[in-house]
Amino acid sequence: MPALLRREELSGLETGIDERDARMQLRRQISRLESELADLFARAFGRTEVPHRVDAAAAAPRVLDLGELEAVRDSLADRVAEARLALAERERAEREGHELVQRMLAAPQDYKWVRVSREDLGLPGCGHWHSKPRLGPIGMLMGWWRVKISSGCPLSGRLAAVER
Amino acid sequence: MPTGPADARMGWEPAPRQGWVAPHIASEFPGLGIAWVEVEAEPGKSPDGVRRRLRDLSDRTYGSQAIRLRERPIPWAYRVFFRQIGLDPDRTRTPVEQLTLDRLHDGGFRSKGLPADALDIAIVETGVALRAFDAERIEGKLCIRDSAPGESLPGQSGELAKGTLTIADDSRPIGLLFGPTAEGHAVAPTSRRLAVAAIQVEGVPQIAVEEALWMAASTLESA
Repeated sequence: MPALLRREELSGLETGIDERDARMQLRRQISRLESELADLFARAFGRTEVPHRVDAAAAAPRVLDLGELEAVRDSLADRVAEARLALAERERAEREGHELVQRMLAAPQDYKWVRVSREDLGLPGCGHWHSKPRLGPIGMLMGWWRVKISSGCPLSGRLAAVER
Repeated sequence: MPTGPADARMGWEPAPRQGWVAPHIASEFPGLGIAWVEVEAEPGKSPDGVRRRLRDLSDRTYGSQAIRLRERPIPWAYRVFFRQIGLDPDRTRTPVEQLTLDRLHDGGFRSKGLPADALDIAIVETGVALRAFDAERIEGKLCIRDSAPGESLPGQSGELAKGTLTIADDSRPIGLLFGPTAEGHAVAPTSRRLAVAAIQVEGVPQIAVEEALWMAASTLESA
């Protein structure tokens, strides 16, 4: 019996079945939220920053009690909600950017000097769409506007030449 | 994989030895386990073959994989377990995430000698968390248990906080779970028999654990 009592002290945990079930339930929720956060993080990477940090609940690894597990679960749920919102805002901005490019291509004269980068649309690479006049000042006076699509990222050789 | 009496002479044990988990910890974390193999090996500089494998592994590991790593089942299982035991996996990295980040930072998997290189290869290939100890200092079986009042980790100042999860042998804690190893139990240049231990958590299949142990042990034995 003393050994059993010592074991109880050692664990420092409530052993009631209900509470253990509650802890198990919270751990399942944590695993589901972690999965969702990982997915949002991967989808947002390179497009926008999504909040994904949840501070450690303990200084060293241990069995967390009910309150601590709830705190981890709540923090993860907050991060998931914030990340979802940040990603939705980013997707809305990208969608608007795509629509803007379509309108620019259809009527360049209505979007004078407007410039939209591939990054703004969530696309890889360095290109951009730029509404510019043909033949410089003459085109500007004559209203000859067009959308110029840049050729992409500078070549590494050219960058090296700049550094030299 | 080596088999037969010759391998027994070399210290190869085909089946991993299964450690135990304190019952009240096991009831909280179904799927938590520890298994290990013992290998005769000399710590030191890695041979060319091992360094070549690290280079090949570097060539197969990209930044995009690092981002997607947390979505893969085994690395994700460790991230979840870290959350469940109070660790922040973005600060205290899971072993495979730490290695992948180091690979991106350093431009390749740097050789750290044996047994570290053998463990790194197995961790990156399988995602399973591995640790190495000096087998000659282990008394009895390895286990995962919480610390008893007044216990401390040899080489670390102060007592362990009550309930700290440790890897222990029959006598004392020999390391924190996913933390530092106790003084005297880490692999030293004089170690001749190593214990390679795999920490299994819920969601990590047994076959992945066995593969990781086999990979690390066979790399060490072939060196």
